[in-house]
Amino acid sequence: MSVTVFLFYFLSVLAIGSALMVVISRNPIHSILWLIGTFFAISGHYILMNAQFLGIVNIIVYAGAIMVLFLFVVMLMNLNTETEPKKNKWLKLAGVVSGGCLLLVLVAALKTAEKHGQLVQLKEGDIGLVGNLGKVLFTDYVVPFEISSILFLSAMVGTVVIGKKGD
Amino acid sequence: MKIEYYIVLSLALFCIGIAGVLTRRNAIIIFMCIELMLNAVNLLLVAFSKMHHLAGAATNPTAGIDGQLFVFFIMVVAAAEVSVGLAIIVMMYRNVHSVDVNFLNRLKH
Repeated sequence: MSVTVFLFYFLSVLAIGSALMVVISRNPIHSILWLIGTFFAISGHYILMNAQFLGIVNIIVYAGAIMVLFLFVVMLMNLNTETEPKKNKWLKLAGVVSGGCLLLVLVAALKTAEKHGQLVQLKEGDIGLVGNLGKVLFTDYVVPFEISSILFLSAMVGTVVIGKKGD
Repeated sequence: MKIEYYIVLSLALFCIGIAGVLTRRNAIIIFMCIELMLNAVNLLLVAFSKMHHLAGAATNPTAGIDGQLFVFFIMVVAAAEVSVGLAIIVMMYRNVHSVDVNFLNRLKH
């Protein structure tokens, strides 16, 4: 078992375990911290596939900005207590069973897929480097890139309007 | 590494997110499970991009680079979505003093 394969399994177990803990934890703060662990595991996967730009952006944007925003909201509203009331056991079981059934159906559909055993390139290949991605982003995809700045502007205005107190 | 392993990993993460949305009632945790589902899709897109790069690198040196750019744009949209969604949750907490989604089952007040 080579180091790459070992790293793949290690990061996969880390990602799935942290994702399960996000759903299981009763305290919202613990859920957020486990979700940060999941994002770091996914960033490890990106770096293993030599998508270095996305690995770094994933850490900066998700683990750095978005999760800090979540933590900020939870602590601001004093939600870090286990206030969730006991709910119906059967309802919870139904949710888990339907999620598991979806997984089962999708994996069964994968079994009958047309092409099997295509390989994913690990550790090499230079399409994920910052220079190559930037060259394509600023030539072929420059219009969507500029439009996303308008999206950000409208999101900023919308956040301020929604979050404003009064009226 | 075969593509099937990545597909199964992403499916597992996605279905954990769906189970979380169905079982939890805290609006913030439901929102976090949606982020988890987005990240599962991102991981699968990057894996497919590297698969296509391996298959088509001989004819086109930048084969598969579009997948990674889509992931970049998904991250842009997710950042905007999170800011607006958290503002909505804050406003909901101000109105009903709770983030339990069961209090929202009536659309009056």
